Amino acid sequence: MANVTADVIAIIASKVRGERPSIRLTDNLEDLGLESLDAVEMIFELEEKFDITIPYNANDSRTEFATVGDVVRAVTSLVDGKA
Amino acid sequence: MHRVVVTGWGVVSPIGNSAQAYWDGCARGASGLAAPTLAPPGELSQKVVAEVKGFHPREHFTERELAFMDRVAQLGVVAARAAIAQSGLSFGEGLAERTATIIGTAVGGQTTQDENYVKLYKEGARRLPPFAIPRLMVNAATSQISMHCGLKGPAFTVASACASSTHAVGLAFHMVRSGAIACAVTGGAEASIAFGPLKVWEAMRIMAPDACRPFSLGRKGMVLGEGAALVVLEPLEDASRRGAEILGEIVGFGMSADAKDITNPDEGGMTRAIESALADAHLEPHDIDYVNAHGTGTSANDETETRALKRAFGAHAQKLAISSTKSMIGHSLGASGALELVATLMGMREGVAPPTIGYLGPDPACDLDCVPNAARPMRIDAALSNSFAFGGLNAVLAVRRFAK
Repeated sequence: MANVTADVIAIIASKVRGERPSIRLTDNLEDLGLESLDAVEMIFELEEKFDITIPYNANDSRTEFATVGDVVRAVTSLVDGKA
Repeated sequence: MHRVVVTGWGVVSPIGNSAQAYWDGCARGASGLAAPTLAPPGELSQKVVAEVKGFHPREHFTERELAFMDRVAQLGVVAARAAIAQSGLSFGEGLAERTATIIGTAVGGQTTQDENYVKLYKEGARRLPPFAIPRLMVNAATSQISMHCGLKGPAFTVASACASSTHAVGLAFHMVRSGAIACAVTGGAEASIAFGPLKVWEAMRIMAPDACRPFSLGRKGMVLGEGAALVVLEPLEDASRRGAEILGEIVGFGMSADAKDITNPDEGGMTRAIESALADAHLEPHDIDYVNAHGTGTSANDETETRALKRAFGAHAQKLAISSTKSMIGHSLGASGALELVATLMGMREGVAPPTIGYLGPDPACDLDCVPNAARPMRIDAALSNSFAFGGLNAVLAVRRFAK
């Protein structure tokens, strides 16, 4: 879990433009400046990193992945499901 | 300046392989969406695509001809032949040299490319069949149409993604209007339903798994389609002189670039294209009865297009009937604008606005009248057909019901 959280945060941080001191689980992806294409790229990198498939559709998933914590939880449950 | 009329149309579409069959499908709200047969369905998140059905290349072409023709060119030539046959024109010496072939194709011979790369990368082929290039080049449909129909005037392909064939018809319209050419065979063709193209669309995360529901609550994106639609354009005086049946009139064309984002649509760019088409047509917003929307079924397009229509039309936006043919035939990229133009012209002629099918309920962000689920009998004197491409390239055609 700790590793997943760190990896997810690192991937999200790589999408944030400009300086950002720290990313918290409660941060909203939109507030971090992630646009829809950044989110699509983030999902792709997470899938590659953890060898999982995230059922993400840019047309209806905005609320599903609102915060950093939402992403961590979704990835964790997919990684756990795989194990 | 000539008045420019449509005297022929030809269609190969997921809901019918003639213009009449296509219109009958539009009028009854037929769905052309089904599980793919041109790609392995199990490996795709998109469970449906909109394929052309019952199309048998050998009924239209010899084996020798087919060696050089990807599906995109086959669909284009069949639609062109039908459009020319309906127009009653024959391209003998003189007219052939002054007839343009201007076709919109966004991506071209993707099936050929996909098949060749499978042979090369997956099957380890050491050599590939010789005619892949003439099949896959993006101008192939234009070239094959000019060859098969004997059209010797200006000929080129317009590639502006989902707006390709609207740009193509718009250019052809301006060339006939100005007298630069005597006639145009114009429209669009696309056939990109293959495993590789579907996977790269899937990666965009904007494809709907099950249905295309433009402007609806619960819409989940695009469905990839294919097809071809061609029209014959000529000056009114020529068409009248030879007693041709006049199917409709093209009166304006507007274009713009968003100059903003490579995928996100822009209300400002859309609005400028709509306003430019109205100005080119000398029409006022309140003259328009119906708009065939770009309406892809993505969250972003449909909301943005709704805002653009409100900005361009003001209070009149609430009185417009606006529908998305893509709900029935999917998104055929470079062919979509021409298919939608034909639906608009036929609807105008029949006095029927085609529907937006698959509509589940109102989305507050898309609060215009999108003719949900069932076609609507209504008088349409003037209409627009919108196409807004990835990359922010916008094109809008304005048409009128023909009256002397």
